[in-house]
Amino acid sequence: MIGLLATAEGGFSGEYVQAAAGTAIDFAWLIPVVPAVSAAVLLLFGRRIGKVSAAIAITAVGFSATLSTAVFLQLAAAPEDARNVVLVVAEWLPIGSFQVDWALLVDPLSGVMLLLVTWVGLLIHIYSLGYMDGDDLYTRFFAYLNLFVASMLVLVLGGSLLVLFVGWELVGLSSYLLIGFWFSERANATAAKKAFIVNRVGDVGFMIAMFLVFSALGSLSFADVLPRVDEIAAGTAVAIGVLLLIGATGKSAQIPLFVWLPDAMAGPTPVSALIHAATMVTAGVYLIARMSPLYAAIHDAALFDVGLLVAWVGALTALLTALIACAQNDLKKILAYSTISQLGYMFVAVGLGLQAAAIFHLLTHGFFKALLFLAAGSVMHALHEETDVWKMGGLRRAMPVTFATSAVGTLAIAGVPFFAGFYSKEKVLVAALETPGAELIWVIGAVVAALTAFYMSRWFFLIFLGDSRVPEGIHPHESPPSMTLPLVVLAVGSVLGGFIGVRPLSYATFWSLEGGFLFDWLAPAVQSFVGEELFFNELLAGLIVIAMSALGIATAYVLYLRPTDIVAVRERLGWLYQAMFRKFYVDELYERTIAEPGELMAEGMAVFDERGIDGVVNGLGTGTRDLAQIGRRAQTGLVRSYALAVLFGTLLISALFLGGTLLGR
Amino acid sequence: MSGVPIGWYIALSAVLFTTGLVGVLVRRSVVVMFMCIELMLNSVNLALITFSRLHGNLDGQVLSFFVIVVAAAEVTVGLALIVNMFRLMGSTDADHADRLRS
Amino acid sequence: MTGVLAQASPDGVVGSSAEFWMFCLAAVLALGTGFSVVVLRNAVHAALMLVINFFAIALLYALLEAQFLAVVQIIVYAGAIMVLFLFVLMLLGIDSETRFSDRVRGQRTAAVLLGLALLFVLVGAAAGPFLDADAICPVQGGAGDLCVGLEAANADGNVAGVGRLLYTTYMWPFEVTSALLVIAALGAMVLGKRRGDEDVTDLPVAQDDETEPAPEPAGELVAAGEEEQP
Repeated sequence: MIGLLATAEGGFSGEYVQAAAGTAIDFAWLIPVVPAVSAAVLLLFGRRIGKVSAAIAITAVGFSATLSTAVFLQLAAAPEDARNVVLVVAEWLPIGSFQVDWALLVDPLSGVMLLLVTWVGLLIHIYSLGYMDGDDLYTRFFAYLNLFVASMLVLVLGGSLLVLFVGWELVGLSSYLLIGFWFSERANATAAKKAFIVNRVGDVGFMIAMFLVFSALGSLSFADVLPRVDEIAAGTAVAIGVLLLIGATGKSAQIPLFVWLPDAMAGPTPVSALIHAATMVTAGVYLIARMSPLYAAIHDAALFDVGLLVAWVGALTALLTALIACAQNDLKKILAYSTISQLGYMFVAVGLGLQAAAIFHLLTHGFFKALLFLAAGSVMHALHEETDVWKMGGLRRAMPVTFATSAVGTLAIAGVPFFAGFYSKEKVLVAALETPGAELIWVIGAVVAALTAFYMSRWFFLIFLGDSRVPEGIHPHESPPSMTLPLVVLAVGSVLGGFIGVRPLSYATFWSLEGGFLFDWLAPAVQSFVGEELFFNELLAGLIVIAMSALGIATAYVLYLRPTDIVAVRERLGWLYQAMFRKFYVDELYERTIAEPGELMAEGMAVFDERGIDGVVNGLGTGTRDLAQIGRRAQTGLVRSYALAVLFGTLLISALFLGGTLLGR
Repeated sequence: MSGVPIGWYIALSAVLFTTGLVGVLVRRSVVVMFMCIELMLNSVNLALITFSRLHGNLDGQVLSFFVIVVAAAEVTVGLALIVNMFRLMGSTDADHADRLRS
Repeated sequence: MTGVLAQASPDGVVGSSAEFWMFCLAAVLALGTGFSVVVLRNAVHAALMLVINFFAIALLYALLEAQFLAVVQIIVYAGAIMVLFLFVLMLLGIDSETRFSDRVRGQRTAAVLLGLALLFVLVGAAAGPFLDADAICPVQGGAGDLCVGLEAANADGNVAGVGRLLYTTYMWPFEVTSALLVIAALGAMVLGKRRGDEDVTDLPVAQDDETEPAPEPAGELVAAGEEEQP
């Protein structure tokens, strides 16, 4: 395809240059450091600073955003083969031949992520100014938010897998802190723990992948690893790919580790917008895009195409969670499942080798999902933290700005033409269309497009249109300007954001692999390996997807704005509705298969413990009993007898040394 | 007899170390145990300085300087802990500090 | 001390019989006081013995051409640390251990036996290779094949030598120790701070003390303390 050729023309160069001294890129390390310092200052002196803390936090993120823009512009001015810039900030772990530096990698991929993280982060900081006003933990909130931005920037800028992992863990930590921000309620604390633990499962995959990369290539730095991925043995490469996928499913909430994200909505809404929609959850997509040369090598080796597995994970997650989203009543939960579903799209694109489409969808999704979350926050703010969409309705008049911007966001995510989400979703689906063996993924993607249009329209209709179902005594009002301003900015982004990925006025390219600015821009940083075999007419396929979206909107209109008997529809759907409403029983499944067997095992161990020890004591003769008594006495609780045990160990080790000395002489 | 072989210093250090060690193990008063630990630290310093002379460079002396600094820090914190223990349990007998067991 | 320091200066006195006799003196002092620390029942006496022990070890440092550390040993250990010990002893009013036997049977025997074994191992492994006459350190070109001696390293004086290392090679650890000291001081302050009336609130520990009618340790300790009073 022409599109493929266009991307391959620049192609992943595998060449890295050092940062020139004195330029913006040379100072890129300040981008994460400044918010980190701000977070530290706020955490240490927050109580003294009080309200000024918000100003400090916003200034810090504003600085990062400005510097990121400067870095981006410098990158854009550089010639295409000099856009992968390595910046070694400091030595970190010099252990013999194993050397890890605090290395940053500034390249087109991290460049766009920088812009997204810092600017969306800045908007959400500003929004929080209004949203968190009056909260007791105001200062701490901004400190955590800054910490998160710093961590995410470390993740994005990390020049080696290890530095990326540091950011990866740090975002996990700040996510944990922010989900459990109102930790005095048990449910919130539990949700935070759940998120952390589920993420840890993925992290283990990531870590093992790192170990494998290191043992295969002796380095973790991207500049060393990425150009040499084809030196890894095919089997090891597949293992690394799968393990990285496990890591990515944890952070990006994909099957089987998606269960934490809906619960993460326990955190304050700006957090949901920033962390659980726009930035942190995209880390998995970013990781796989970053490692694209590896996946390309696996793809070429044809042993087992892990990329296709990634795409299938994405597609199934998208379908499952889109179905769940259709039956939820909590306005943030709907958005949470929608986020997982959209992340599934990104996994499809990145797995099929069209990383630019994934990043494109990531960016547009960052805009419109952050917008929708912030709008949800605005609605909750107006309705005294009400989250049930059935207790809303008719908010159009009371909250005109929120209404209008939400409309834009809904249209964007539903895939209505000329809005940002439309273009990026088409690009993702085209990737499926052009890959042999991915036909079914395209079909699933089209169905999910219809479902997305349906549940988002349902969300929008139930909240803003129709008759008011707001309980007596609550008078909704529009939010303060600090909250509506970010909404408007994000709404503009949700409309115009599409044009970074397609060429305006060149509609024929909407449905091809050819893309606009973003696709050319990312070419030196990622290695595309998308197929080029068409199994269906692209234009026709695109029109089908538009029709599916329209069908979804129309269904929602009939069900929720026309006088339709919803209960009858639910009964007609029967078990399917129940399954959707109960989130396909995944939480229950994990409860049954992992938590309960774990408990059973623990109980079993407890029984075995009691019975076993009692059995030994009672059943065997006196000698055995004495032995058990001696064994019990080892735990005297007296510090001096423990010290005696330490001495015994010391003696053994020293005796080894003596033996060595005697033998050596 | 002129001069002392290096080994004598080390042997002396070993004896002092063992004395302190046995002291930690047989005494019950945490203050005295603590003093015995100081004795052990000192014997190790002695060994370090001896080896410094053996090898003819001063790194061993610098290291034992650091040991002295750490010992000073350890004593401040340790004695504060002992004072707390006394306040809490009315005793500085190590054998009385067995709440974790019972 | 100044006499010893003067003797340690390279005028050829140390390294001959003077070093031997000074070593004997310091060793006997150190061993005697060390044993006393372990054996003496009265904690204040033990502490005083420990002071003498520190002086003896300082003497050994001086013999080992570590004049700087000898002085530091006296100032920091004998001067500061021991004062802290005595201060705590006086503050808490504890001076002797109760006489009743160990709660773990055989603790004392095992400790002594294992200690002797460790001593054997340590002497064998660390001291064994250096017990011959060729391990005597050279002073002004004296004998000794194994020992290098500090004459070259101390050419500008021991203080200058240690100082140079401390401010060049070990600059960073040196600075870190200052942080350590500050942290320790802060920690001691936090630990030493009385928590006001928190002690009488519903802390389980405090309740334990109240429910147990006679806190065994305190009673015995007071009794023992009275016995010791003259």
